[in-house]
Amino acid sequence: MLRNARELSKSCETWCEADAVNERIGRPAGLKFTKIEKRFGSLYALRRLDLEIAQGECVALTGRNGSGKTTLLRVASQLTRPTRGELSFPGLKEGTVPAIGYVAHAIMVYEELTAEENLQLFARLLGIAEPRRRALELLEATNLAPRATSLVRTFSRGMKQRLAIARALLNDPGVLLLDEPATGLDTESMVWLTNQIRGLRDQGRTIIMSLHGESALSQLAGRAARLDAGALVGDTRTGATFQSVFAMGEA
Amino acid sequence: MRLLANTTALLGKELQTEFRSRELLITTMFFVLTVITLFSITFDAAVSDPRNVGPGLLWLAILFSSSLMLQPCFLKERTNDTLSALRLSIGDPFAIFLAKLVANVCLLLVTELLALPIFAVFFNVKIMRVFPQLMLVFLLGSIGIAVTGTALSAISSQARMRELLLPMLLLPLLVPILLASTEATAALLGDSPALRWDWMAILAAFDVVFLTALWLFGEYLLEE
Repeated sequence: MLRNARELSKSCETWCEADAVNERIGRPAGLKFTKIEKRFGSLYALRRLDLEIAQGECVALTGRNGSGKTTLLRVASQLTRPTRGELSFPGLKEGTVPAIGYVAHAIMVYEELTAEENLQLFARLLGIAEPRRRALELLEATNLAPRATSLVRTFSRGMKQRLAIARALLNDPGVLLLDEPATGLDTESMVWLTNQIRGLRDQGRTIIMSLHGESALSQLAGRAARLDAGALVGDTRTGATFQSVFAMGEA
Repeated sequence: MRLLANTTALLGKELQTEFRSRELLITTMFFVLTVITLFSITFDAAVSDPRNVGPGLLWLAILFSSSLMLQPCFLKERTNDTLSALRLSIGDPFAIFLAKLVANVCLLLVTELLALPIFAVFFNVKIMRVFPQLMLVFLLGSIGIAVTGTALSAISSQARMRELLLPMLLLPLLVPILLASTEATAALLGDSPALRWDWMAILAAFDVVFLTALWLFGEYLLEE
């Protein structure tokens, strides 16, 4: 497991050195949410949320279902435009967007394509110079190389999740957003995932992961924040303890 | 250049997934052949010369089957949220529309090509002498249907009554295409075949206007 985590880290570092053709920047960046508000009709998903995440920080985002975690991650990935407020990336030139890797609830890959075809497709769209080489590197690093030519619909949940992570890492993202990445994973896959995220964190990438409770993944975070009804209600940066942030409102 | 590269990559994916499953093509083919057969049975006894109503019925069949074909265009991207993955990977979202549009035109043309001989037999028309001109009408008509349908598919995939919304919006919007294509086809299948440039110009104008609108506003259709 640890060897694979090291391979994944090495693969990303090599890619960094090779200076990917991607127009985006593969360097870590911070994220600053200023008075972010997101409404869906009359429903508030985020309420004037202020949150600053430093470059290279690993943050566990927690909260009940519907508390706004996914919306916040989608705003961070710029898939969702906030109704009000501003998102900026401290550490980068104004107007520049960092390379963002996003692992959502859904696997975000095509089940009718093979693992290799999926990664090659997204590598091409990202403008990566040698899409096949990059795809094979990541398949190797995520232990999916033996199933590279199998259709994704034949994969187990754990394998699909690995492929989802491989897709998110294609452009060597400086910011990694993980939306409940452990959902549906068995113990073995969970250990694998924990090692991967540890490896990526140790490279200095900014990581935000939404989690439901304390787990092996939350142990990796240097900071925990809690959302409730779209507002920030707890943050270890402002004095709360990890335990209190995870326990808040769960009683 | 990036737009072209992204469109090509996505078009390859669209065609690869369709030809791997052949779901849309087989369903649409079956539907269009059934409709043409039913129309021919219904109208054969009632009209003296089925060629008078044939072009209109052919285009109605194409229109109905296209609403069936275009429905899953963006809907299938919702299954695993692959649309978000595309939006994260791509600079210009117009490439997503362009790839889907070209794939839809290709699939529509294949359907029309396969339906044409059946139509010729049932409605007693000679198609070989005007085949190139007919293909031009089909191409312009199919582009119009695909542009409108692709845009509406993006809208309807986010709506609640998505299965009903697309045909409800698509069919009235395609009335100009139906009229112009029917008239152009009827002129080609008449006793003295001629390509009616006035109707062809209407088809081309429709295509250009809707394609420009899609290029300008397509990005907003993909937003959540």
